[in-house]
Amino acid sequence: MGVWWTYRLEDLLLFSPRVYERLFALHNQALWPFQLVALAGGLAVLWYLPRPAPAGRRLIPLLLGLAWLWVGWSFLWQRYATINWAMVYVAPAFWLEGLGLLGLAAFRRGLPLRVGTRRPWFAATLFAVVLLGYPLLAPVAGRPWSSAALLGIMPDPTVVGTLAVLGVAVGRERWWLLPIPLLWCLLTGITLWGLGRWDWFVAPTGALLACLLPLASRHAATSVSP
Amino acid sequence: MPITRRMLLQGALAAAGAGLLPRWTHGATGAGLLTKPIPATGEALPAIGLGSWITFNVGNDPLLLRQCVAVMAAFFELGGGMIDSSPMYGSSQATIGHGLSQLGFPPTLFSAEKVWTGDPQDGPPQMAQTRAHWRVPRFDLLQVHNLVAWEAHLETLFAMKAAGRLRYVGITTSHGRRHRDVERIMAGRPIDFVQVTYNVLDREVEARILPLARERGIAVIANRPFRRKQLIRAVERHPLPPWVAETGAATWPQFLLTYIVSHPAVTCAIPATSRVDHLRENMGAARGPMPDAALRRRMAAYVEQL
Repeated sequence: MGVWWTYRLEDLLLFSPRVYERLFALHNQALWPFQLVALAGGLAVLWYLPRPAPAGRRLIPLLLGLAWLWVGWSFLWQRYATINWAMVYVAPAFWLEGLGLLGLAAFRRGLPLRVGTRRPWFAATLFAVVLLGYPLLAPVAGRPWSSAALLGIMPDPTVVGTLAVLGVAVGRERWWLLPIPLLWCLLTGITLWGLGRWDWFVAPTGALLACLLPLASRHAATSVSP
Repeated sequence: MPITRRMLLQGALAAAGAGLLPRWTHGATGAGLLTKPIPATGEALPAIGLGSWITFNVGNDPLLLRQCVAVMAAFFELGGGMIDSSPMYGSSQATIGHGLSQLGFPPTLFSAEKVWTGDPQDGPPQMAQTRAHWRVPRFDLLQVHNLVAWEAHLETLFAMKAAGRLRYVGITTSHGRRHRDVERIMAGRPIDFVQVTYNVLDREVEARILPLARERGIAVIANRPFRRKQLIRAVERHPLPPWVAETGAATWPQFLLTYIVSHPAVTCAIPATSRVDHLRENMGAARGPMPDAALRRRMAAYVEQL
């Protein structure tokens, strides 16, 4: 627009908290019972994350890649973009991240994960909190269960869950996969803060914890999954 | 005793008889709503319009769409005219088009839209898309939103007006941005409307832009009349002044709106709401007696000291 710097945060928030909440509720309603499939996929990631099973290094990026593609298309593009035109630009970033993860699953050696230290267990704990705790935020905040956010269905838990996995990944590939999730955490934090939501800090905090995961085993003996 | 429309109208007549009303020409719609003339043509425009920022951006939510249609229905039932939107406002344009279609395109509609793109070549297709959202053959008013690429867009809009595809041309700004540029355009281009932020606390435009609008015969649309609810939240815990009846207002939102539309240079204020009761309350601000300059100063001073 050439005058972006003249806009304040409140100018860029195009919708009310109620509309945003109902967006989640309508999306969940439209997809039910696909949430059960997403939950099963999340549990599969959680199972393989701390274990040195070779299948995990391909299955985890495969499931997460599909989740990114699906969330980018079904939530960002089909639904969120109806009230936030910026999502027209964000959804392709989700597709790019999803393709990157799928590429890792399909080619080379998959996503190598660090095993045999405390770090994978910390990562698995963070992933479990995201998978099982994120949906609880809605009722805890007084919002209906129908507006709960589940990994693989809504962007925030999908993104933070992916960061938890990347926190235990090794290899150069993970650096290419970090910017989009980190930028999303910043964006969603700002959006929720602008909407006056108390849980605005959850995704940025999750991102921060994921980024701190490498410190958990800095001084410990490490190994890479076969 | 609740204040009724009749009491307010009687009060307005009594005030007019006592010479309390400002000297600007005004009238009333069939529904008793205060109207003010568009300087360029003299066409009467209801002084309270309907904004759509945030409130009408509801996507495809059927429940919220129904609520927006109810707001629009009440707006037209009460004599409303101007509805204002922008390509920037998410799905608001589509919501308005849906509402207008449901309501049979009320004849009192005064459609006010904007062009908002930094690429001048994108202007015409964006306006065509906007018109498709509204489902109207042409707009009454098209404005250059926040002065983005204003020189090129104004040329396009003037050409559209000359060709009979548009009735009025305008520019907008908000939050006090780029007032120098606004003044320059008002002084140098034959625009019909200018839209600025104006409310009881944001009064910067009173110094230069509003006088210039009167001098140049430019209609003024006041946006952010409540600072997006912030003003209402700030004042509603305080009592209305004991002399509130003199202002023609019965509630805080009416007090705030009355202050705006009683300025002689202001043609229309555009509060946005998603609630029918708030819409009715807002429209009530254009039914009472209008405060004169002295009372307006008193209103501003009262709010400032809260």
